[in-house]
Amino acid sequence: MLLVILFGSSYLLYNLQALSGDPLAEFKTSRDPEVESQIKATIEQLRLDVPAPLRYFIWLRGVLGIFIGQPDFGKVRTGEPVGEILIDAIPVTIRLVFGATIVAILLGITIGVVTALRQYSRFDYSMTFVAFLMFSLPIFWVAVLLKEFMAIQFNNFLSEPNIPTGWIIGIAGFVALFFGAILGRSRRTFWIGFFSAGGFTALLLAIIDARGWILEPGIGPIFFAVMAILIAFGVTQISMGVGHKPSLYASLSVAVAGAITYFPMQSLFKRESQVTVLLGGLVVALVIAGIATMIFARIDRGPVYRTSSITAFIIGIIMIVDKLMQTWGPYVSSGDVQYRPVPTIGERNPLIETTDFWVALLDTLLHMFLPTIALTLIGFAGYVRYTRGTLLDVLNQDYIRTARAKGLNERTVIMRHAFRNTMIPIVTLLVVDFASVVGGALITENVFAWRGMGTLFRQAIGTFDLNLLMGIFFVTATLALVANLVADLLYSALDPRVRVGSGK
Amino acid sequence: MSEDRKQSSFGADTQSDIFSKETEGLSQSQIVRKRFFQHKAAMTSLFVLLGIVFFVFSAQSISLGPVKYPGWWKYDYEQISDLRIAECEGGVVGCPSLDVLPSFIDGTPMQIGEHPFGQDDIGRDYFAMVMRGAQRSLLVMVIIGTLGAALGTVIGAIAGFFRGWVDAILMRFTDFIITVPTIVLGSVIGYHFGNLGAVFLAFFLGIFAWTGISRLVRGEFLKLRELEFVDAARVAGASTRRIIFKHILPNAVGVIIVSATLLMSGAILLETGLSYLGFGVVPPDVSLGLLISSYQDAFTVRPWLFWWPGIFIIAVALCVNFIGDGLRDAFDPRQRRGMSRKDKASLARGESK
Repeated sequence: MLLVILFGSSYLLYNLQALSGDPLAEFKTSRDPEVESQIKATIEQLRLDVPAPLRYFIWLRGVLGIFIGQPDFGKVRTGEPVGEILIDAIPVTIRLVFGATIVAILLGITIGVVTALRQYSRFDYSMTFVAFLMFSLPIFWVAVLLKEFMAIQFNNFLSEPNIPTGWIIGIAGFVALFFGAILGRSRRTFWIGFFSAGGFTALLLAIIDARGWILEPGIGPIFFAVMAILIAFGVTQISMGVGHKPSLYASLSVAVAGAITYFPMQSLFKRESQVTVLLGGLVVALVIAGIATMIFARIDRGPVYRTSSITAFIIGIIMIVDKLMQTWGPYVSSGDVQYRPVPTIGERNPLIETTDFWVALLDTLLHMFLPTIALTLIGFAGYVRYTRGTLLDVLNQDYIRTARAKGLNERTVIMRHAFRNTMIPIVTLLVVDFASVVGGALITENVFAWRGMGTLFRQAIGTFDLNLLMGIFFVTATLALVANLVADLLYSALDPRVRVGSGK
Repeated sequence: MSEDRKQSSFGADTQSDIFSKETEGLSQSQIVRKRFFQHKAAMTSLFVLLGIVFFVFSAQSISLGPVKYPGWWKYDYEQISDLRIAECEGGVVGCPSLDVLPSFIDGTPMQIGEHPFGQDDIGRDYFAMVMRGAQRSLLVMVIIGTLGAALGTVIGAIAGFFRGWVDAILMRFTDFIITVPTIVLGSVIGYHFGNLGAVFLAFFLGIFAWTGISRLVRGEFLKLRELEFVDAARVAGASTRRIIFKHILPNAVGVIIVSATLLMSGAILLETGLSYLGFGVVPPDVSLGLLISSYQDAFTVRPWLFWWPGIFIIAVALCVNFIGDGLRDAFDPRQRRGMSRKDKASLARGESK
């Protein structure tokens, strides 16, 4: 069925594009004496002698070659095979789309849950406003603003990194308001949240400023250990509650193990094949979490293992962030970057030719920074609104009342009973959203001059390059189909009532 | 926490009591209207949007056939005047003369001046250009929204009501169009029909914009056609047409209106996106997206060329989104947004209003 749909829509697009323009138009005004032979060559090359509805099948035959291992997407007008060009462009776009989607989902769902739990509070109203504002922003407009304020002015700031006192007060005040609003159920808790978050931020910024941390950042072993312990407490509190001793002990021991491995990891990070090191680290972390679970929990090991492995994962991420921070100083001051680390164009710095995994990674991440923010801002609003609406619906259900009535605490009711059921419709949104994110990525790439599919796409339409356009369509449609499939699988994993394949 | 729980355990009964009292003796449309009027954000947005529309459309000349309305602003969007040099900082020409701060704050009196939004690089009045651009963008938005909603409703209604093979064919057709990303389709259309003018562009985009609405309407029809009142109408001998238009459609109108509003806010962004890529409205005509894309490089030197069109796009899209939200709340029978904190408190004490 899906293949029929794909066939139909590609046929539609092919003919629409073929009908609407003349690829020979540029020759009509050309005064080149060779124009006749050029026209002839182009006709030959693009098979213009065959009418478009039939020419489609020539293209289709080439594409169907994918089943015998020899796909042929045709050639672009300059002569390179479409397949090769696309293979260069696809990872660039996918990186952007996936990065933005993941960030948008994490942020959006978190804030959506909080707004639903604080329904009709000031936090809820202000987040609703922010979400609508995001909905209404043209992505390229945001992108240009980001370029100006996040890149150019931030880079200017980096050449003399002193945080003015006014900024410290402003940022701390904002953070204070944010956390105060989240935590505040009554006036008292609001002020507690307000002052502790605000004070902490102000202190942190002051220390950062005084120590010159911006140019030489790093977490350091002691602070790393403290963070690991805090993370263990936090994750346990959210998933099982710190009162649940087995999971608390399990994640604490994972945190201790993480702190111990800090020094060995530093030397491992200097090795050649970093991908192996990272994968190995992940496996080791999961194994440690497993052992800790085996030791501390006799019954109900599943949730305990989930808690400790999430802790291990987050600690691992922090370790990587720390390593990236250590790379930051040399990177920023290197001759190719010259204290202007946040780039406005391109997907990587062409001047840097390094084999060092970490420098390359940092470079890529920095180039992804602004486009990802731009794309995230747009997608995130949808997740906030949708999560909020669904969670509110779910919280009104009878089984939530039942869960409360039988004396489960609020965290279990929300995390286990309500939140999981909220995830089901969100997965559907993911698929619908995917298409719009790809659309947004096409525009974003143009703003930031990434050499991805968006740029190719613009070129394809501008030069009536049918083969290129169809190649891009083929890729986006395939991505959409894969997203659909993944959503179906997730759907049936999340909701036991759904049986994929039955019914229709 | 205990307060929350108390409320939810009181929950349904007391709330629905109050709810039914609030709406006693009112028809469905009266209830909806009442709830919409109570939605402050939506009402504010409605007035702001109407204000913008009136302001924008009266500023520049419009000709409808033989009737020509001159517009109250002194410049036309194509007219080139001398670049304003005086009072501009740092040797920039054509800076905006608008000053909204009174003289006791920044030392200069409040004024509109010769070119309130400044001038572009060759001296065209930017206020006139933004007004013209906003006209185009609003026009595109309304055309896409109306056309998309109309087509979507018809197709969705037919598919949902008749089911069977009609439904199968129509929905597969919808899938055809959904698989092609909107921006891709829009670009192909825009590139080739953009030069026919904004109205044609909007028309062709609208032809492809109905897919989302048709799915929603179909779902609504599938649900509604099984309800008792439809059976009752059929038993009473109503014709198919009568059932669709008199019985089912009024019940589905909420879904249609809400998604049409959201389609409109999407449409204005689509148009600006296309114009940005160069596949939308083409010069010499202007649209807000086109203005932004032409002057994005001028941001550091002449930021006003960038700010004004963006502000108008955001204002319009934001208003439309809020109106859509208000409508959704108003049409949703489960919503109890009308309740203020005071009502909630009185509920918690177990009093009724």
